[in-house]
Amino acid sequence: MAWVEVPGQEKVLKPLLNTVIILGLIKCANFSPQAPAYHLILEGILILWIVRLLFSKTYKLQERSDLTEKEKEDLIEEWQPEPLVPPVSKDHPSMNYDIVSGPPSHNIVVNGKQCINFASFNFLGLLDNERVKQKALASLKKYGVGTCGPRGFYGTFDVHLELEDRLAKFMRTEEAIIYSYGFATIASAIPAYSKRGDIVFVDEAACFSIQKGLQASRSFIKYFKHNDMEDLERLLKEQEIEDQKNPRKARVTRRFVVVEGLYINTADVCPLPALVKLKYKYKVRIFLEESMSFGVLGEHGRGVTEHFGVNIDDIDLISANMENAVASIGGFCCGRSFVIDHQRLSGQGYCFSASLPPMLAAAAIEALNIMEEDPDIFSVLREKCEQVHKALQGTPGMKVLGESYAPALHLQLESSSGSRETDVRMLRRIVDYCLEKQIALTLARYLDKEERFLPPPSIRVVVTVEQTKEDIDRAASCIREAALSILK
Amino acid sequence: RRHTTINGRANGTGPPSGKRLFQGQESFEQAPMYVAVMTYLGFGLVTLFGYFRDFLRAVGLEKCHIAKERDEQKDFVPLYQDFENFYTRNLYMRVRDNWNRPICSLPGPVFDVMERVSPDYNWTFRLTGKTIPNVINMGSYNYLGFAENNVDFLKTVAERVQQYGLGVCSTRQEMGNLGIHQELEELVAEFLGVESAMVLGMGFATNSTNIPALVGKGCLILSDELNHTSLILGARLSGATIRVFKHNNMQSLERVLRDAVCSGQPHTHRPWKKIMIMVEGIYSMEGSVVCLPDIVALKKKYKAYLYLDEAHSIGAVGPTGRGVTELFGLDPSDVDVLMGTFTKSFGAAGGYIAGKKELVDYLRSHSHSAVYASAMSPPVTEQILRAMRCIMGLDGTTIGQTRVHRLAENTRYFRSRLQEMGFIIYGNDDSPVIPLLLYMPGKVVAFSRAMLRRKVGVVVVGFPATPITEARARFCLSAAHTKEMLDKVLFDLNEVGDELCLKFSQRKYTSRPKEQHHNNNDLNKDFKQDSL
Repeated sequence: MAWVEVPGQEKVLKPLLNTVIILGLIKCANFSPQAPAYHLILEGILILWIVRLLFSKTYKLQERSDLTEKEKEDLIEEWQPEPLVPPVSKDHPSMNYDIVSGPPSHNIVVNGKQCINFASFNFLGLLDNERVKQKALASLKKYGVGTCGPRGFYGTFDVHLELEDRLAKFMRTEEAIIYSYGFATIASAIPAYSKRGDIVFVDEAACFSIQKGLQASRSFIKYFKHNDMEDLERLLKEQEIEDQKNPRKARVTRRFVVVEGLYINTADVCPLPALVKLKYKYKVRIFLEESMSFGVLGEHGRGVTEHFGVNIDDIDLISANMENAVASIGGFCCGRSFVIDHQRLSGQGYCFSASLPPMLAAAAIEALNIMEEDPDIFSVLREKCEQVHKALQGTPGMKVLGESYAPALHLQLESSSGSRETDVRMLRRIVDYCLEKQIALTLARYLDKEERFLPPPSIRVVVTVEQTKEDIDRAASCIREAALSILK
Repeated sequence: RRHTTINGRANGTGPPSGKRLFQGQESFEQAPMYVAVMTYLGFGLVTLFGYFRDFLRAVGLEKCHIAKERDEQKDFVPLYQDFENFYTRNLYMRVRDNWNRPICSLPGPVFDVMERVSPDYNWTFRLTGKTIPNVINMGSYNYLGFAENNVDFLKTVAERVQQYGLGVCSTRQEMGNLGIHQELEELVAEFLGVESAMVLGMGFATNSTNIPALVGKGCLILSDELNHTSLILGARLSGATIRVFKHNNMQSLERVLRDAVCSGQPHTHRPWKKIMIMVEGIYSMEGSVVCLPDIVALKKKYKAYLYLDEAHSIGAVGPTGRGVTELFGLDPSDVDVLMGTFTKSFGAAGGYIAGKKELVDYLRSHSHSAVYASAMSPPVTEQILRAMRCIMGLDGTTIGQTRVHRLAENTRYFRSRLQEMGFIIYGNDDSPVIPLLLYMPGKVVAFSRAMLRRKVGVVVVGFPATPITEARARFCLSAAHTKEMLDKVLFDLNEVGDELCLKFSQRKYTSRPKEQHHNNNDLNKDFKQDSL
């Protein structure tokens, strides 16, 4: 509703005034010379009422009119705000970053020690691939580094168009759209479609960027237990019953289900075929987040849809970041043009942010080339994942969380000590022990206060194709030693 | 810490606070009444036609180009409401060839625009394969001309690509904290004159992931009317109460502040936990510069905190390119949170947030991006390092300073010539972002197309990014623009302005002695791409 600026006075009783004016206008629209007398009288009264409101005395609804100037000054003097940030103790676990000198490749130098990398999400080993680097250098020579503008204002380069085209072809969808940062991808995609009043069913183990996207969308969020299709069905049935009470509202309320292909927090896979059945039964749209499964699952690396043999058109939107298997920066969404094209005008991270630097896009294109030319790389990765999974079984005091083909596993404590802080400290000691023995591991990091369903503390173990059998065995025995000595 | 003296001041910091060096004029001239009337008429006409065309499409007389829902999902709740798309379908589609123009070269002072044709009135585009070479770039944010591909300058960046690769594959808190990130953070802190800084991989995400870490429920955010979407998104995600004050209006801000401190939180009247004022250094749609000394005085009086987003002003204003704090001669520690991006003046990507050591330490452990978002790519980090060293003079040359001065000269020259010609331009005399008002939707489109025919690439913005009656063209000047390029653009603007009757200004300016007339040959000469 438009705000009306009443001349010379404070904004007064605005909703009422606006309703009256709109009613007046409607009445005028219906005005016809043959109207009966009472119509004219009613309109006359309405006009007089408007005139009266325009000239009536104002009063502010929110004013504390009992405060004098002196009292206000005193209040201003007295008020003490909190400090801008609370003090952070020096030994807060997130204060001391591990410093990597040199590239985070297979042989990584952490805190001055040369280690084997079991912590970076470089699944296909493309981070230090020569071909990718050469293409990036060629792009650097031509385009420089930055794009100096958002996509709408001369920030669209031919490499972006090419990358979108290639991604769409690779995933066998109609269209793809790229974002310049992985975190912003799903966090901008969800609020572009789901608005206030819509309903989103989301898995409890959804990652943080999905949670931020949901928060920005202001829709109703309903969480279902992790990977529990029966719980989801229960929620959907409840929603159906609600709909029958108010069918008019139900006809315009959009519903979505947001799941991840491979969950980053629990390393297991979502039951996609069952989900697609639920989709058609209850008429909900599926948004699939494939950051961990793109370039990992499936015969050609197309993700969880290929892994399960689901028709890709059944998924309304697939979103993934290019910061894991593709070893570049950025993210993309792909799907049918009907769905994806909307983000070009409503995706906030797309419209209001500078586009992806061309050399990073060129690197992503070359990574896609390599993935297409050599699909064996995915079965090699899967083999290595199985090896690591097997090797880590039976670590005393710890359990392995995740599918056997998931490249990013979690090692959790079998029995917690009761306090999260103590658990984190013990796990950190294990990580430090391993770093001493030249195996680079990392704790899985979370924002304790911000996460809705905080996962238990764990160590992240990442598998890459560059790890040899010796590396894996060494790492497994090192972790076993560490667990034995620290978790007595 | 290394100290360099520039103009006799250590690290290029300005004189003691309070002394106002900067007396820039700001103007927002109103157009005559008939312009507003014509604009509304224009929109009204287009809307009527829109309804008519929708009717034709519904009846089947006109082909419907819009993408359709799948047959299997026909009985799902529609994904988009018909009305939401009315504007896109009927207004935007017809003129959308003026945006998203693809280019195939460096975004320097001149660039190559790829030619597109549309067989069906902009519903689909086809690239012909030809390019429009050497179009003068008045749209990219390349203030100091660091968007360059000179092999010598980019040597270290190429080395980093070779050494590190492109991605990082991890977050800052896990295995993504590289040594060069820490080097960059120290340099940024030195550049700005603050204790500490943190860098992130995306400018937009800098706001949307850090503001929620600083304020939360029970806090109050006072945000300028015309703040950028990323600031608004960050404010909304934080859960704090948001109140808006009129753009750059200190009386409005003071009134809201007084009200807030005296009344406390709504309903309960408990005192606010924190009050944070969010403003930008230069507002890119208006070209206005924030009244920083007044805001700092207000914030000290009412004990609020100040969050300054210098996306467009860092590197672009100030005698040594340190941003609005230097422009006004203030101490950077007066601003509680200094935020900026590296996309505009440094020719890279990413953002930073800087301030006192406690603030940055807290953000290192509690910012969403440090925990969940990827770290900055190493070659991009190197580009920022070299650009910043160049501006600070630490690489032993004066290239940086020359560029800062050239940008200021270009700004002054271009603005004064535009005003003389009779166009209405908004904003501060020292801001390198120049909005030129076009008002009517038809003229906006005609202007953009006419300028492209003359090989000048301009950016036009209309509703909803600007108020409905104030559509504009926005020029972003660069230190890399030579005087000849600017003269050519001015000549073309003059002609197009006369053709389309765009000279709405009613002010009289003393005309400068007429420039010696260039030959037509000179003006039609092709500007080759050229590294500085």
